[in-house]
Amino acid sequence: MSLGSIFDIAGSGMTAQSLRLNTTASNIANAETASSSIDQTYRARKPVFAAIQQSMLNPSQQGLALSGDEGAGAGVRVEGIVESNAELQMRYEPDHPAANEDGYVFYPNVNVVEEMADMMSSSRSFQMNVDVMNSAKSMMQRILTLGQQ
Amino acid sequence: MAISLDGALGIHQPALEARIKRAEVLANNLANADTPGYKARDIDFKAMMQKAQQDMGGLGMAKTHENHLDTGSMAPDSELLYRLPHQPSVDGNTVDAQQEQSRFMRNAMETQASFQFLNGKVTGLKKALTGQ
Repeated sequence: MSLGSIFDIAGSGMTAQSLRLNTTASNIANAETASSSIDQTYRARKPVFAAIQQSMLNPSQQGLALSGDEGAGAGVRVEGIVESNAELQMRYEPDHPAANEDGYVFYPNVNVVEEMADMMSSSRSFQMNVDVMNSAKSMMQRILTLGQQ
Repeated sequence: MAISLDGALGIHQPALEARIKRAEVLANNLANADTPGYKARDIDFKAMMQKAQQDMGGLGMAKTHENHLDTGSMAPDSELLYRLPHQPSVDGNTVDAQQEQSRFMRNAMETQASFQFLNGKVTGLKKALTGQ
């Protein structure tokens, strides 16, 4: 019965979305973390999602793995976390304790408005996966009552 | 005439299986709603039911020679198709979360309907067996 795999799929979606929420929280928390050099400054982090194909799960079918048309897929995974390449903010603050010899301080390239929008999007997607899991649960519970009075 | 348990449940058992498979595909679409480059998929329910009907010996063609083509399995699992996107997105993802969610909910209700039919068959069989 493939109803059980819906739990895995929705669970993988929830894991991915909560990791996205984690990076957003980290970005917002570090939005004002100043430093005196470009290398040490915090950069906005973004997760990269990728679909899991069913052939990845059973290696016995490796030969067919590249056809790209096998099965329904098995959820989502986080392929990695990348740091944003956007330019850092350089501010002239000679009184700042972390200012360099020219009086400049580097601030992270976090766009707080973008992060808030990302946060709303990921929390909605998380909710959607919870709804899917709930529906699968009630479908399964109904099927368990088959043949009962 | 003997009661065949396979025949007694009719089309409802493959229908329920098809609905559950569709629920899996739609759940996968929803999980990948934010995956760049992911293409939304769906099951051709009509083709799946036609195949199930043929397998049950409805209107399928009989094989009288070993070299005959197998008409029943002309389209093995090709019911899994890609959805045509309503509007393109920059990252190549074709999942419309709202539409997929409404399809998922509708599919859940239809699963319940199939289940009710199946349950009715089972209840009828039980009644026949107990003879009350």
